[in-house]
Amino acid sequence: MGVALLLALIVAPEDADQGVSQRIFYIHVPIALTAYFCFGLGAWKALRLLWRGEERYDSESYVAIHQGTIFGSLTLITGSIWAKVSWGVWWTWSSNQLVLFLVLFLFYCAYFMLRFSLPEGPQRARSCAVYALFGVVLIPISFLAIRLAQDFIHPTVFTRNGPQMSGTMFLAFCVSWAAVTLLAYTLYRVELAGKRIDADLRELREALQ
Amino acid sequence: MSQGQYVAAAYGVVFVFVLAYVAIIAAKLARLQRQTAELLALAARRAQPEATEATRVREAVGEA
Repeated sequence: MGVALLLALIVAPEDADQGVSQRIFYIHVPIALTAYFCFGLGAWKALRLLWRGEERYDSESYVAIHQGTIFGSLTLITGSIWAKVSWGVWWTWSSNQLVLFLVLFLFYCAYFMLRFSLPEGPQRARSCAVYALFGVVLIPISFLAIRLAQDFIHPTVFTRNGPQMSGTMFLAFCVSWAAVTLLAYTLYRVELAGKRIDADLRELREALQ
Repeated sequence: MSQGQYVAAAYGVVFVFVLAYVAIIAAKLARLQRQTAELLALAARRAQPEATEATRVREAVGEA
């Protein structure tokens, strides 16, 4: 993470068009991609739960979606800050990618409302898994929206001709992406371990009492 | 606000979020540690009367 910050804030050259504010790119895009990945992982674990019926996939799906919403919030906040510098507004409803990401984020926020409104058990796990699977449809739509709709407000950096940036900028981006992914993976493992220990302790308490 | 301040704000928000998340996880781990200690104490209390009973039986058999 330290190396990523060093590359993003000091080593990477300043963008000729956007100036210093372009450095938000190195944190905003990796966080957004990680959010997509977490939502996708949550849906994949949900599919495994429905397929195999193993209880552990429920908590894995839940933790992945929880991570996704955290990284999703950060995407929206860092994106808003960048929008304020570049476009002069905190938010614009005319960009399809922004609106679709917000829809995706709110969809997965509602996942928690569903989860905590149902009694614990296999039925809740299955209902949440089905909901998580429905949401995965929004991921490619949100990701490809800018290309499908020819949106000119939100910039497209990765085109069919490759990344539209210099070598150092691309290196800074790749390192930042790796760092954010590693951070998300670590947080995922720690939260999952906490959830499992919590469940084990509850079982142990019931057995002892 | 200057562009540099906006960049600092963006990175700062991420830092604060991660810090808050780690603090929440740390608090949860502390709660789990406390619960584990409670369960250990409960298990020890459960084991103690059984051990006392076993000692009494062994002593009675020894006397006989």
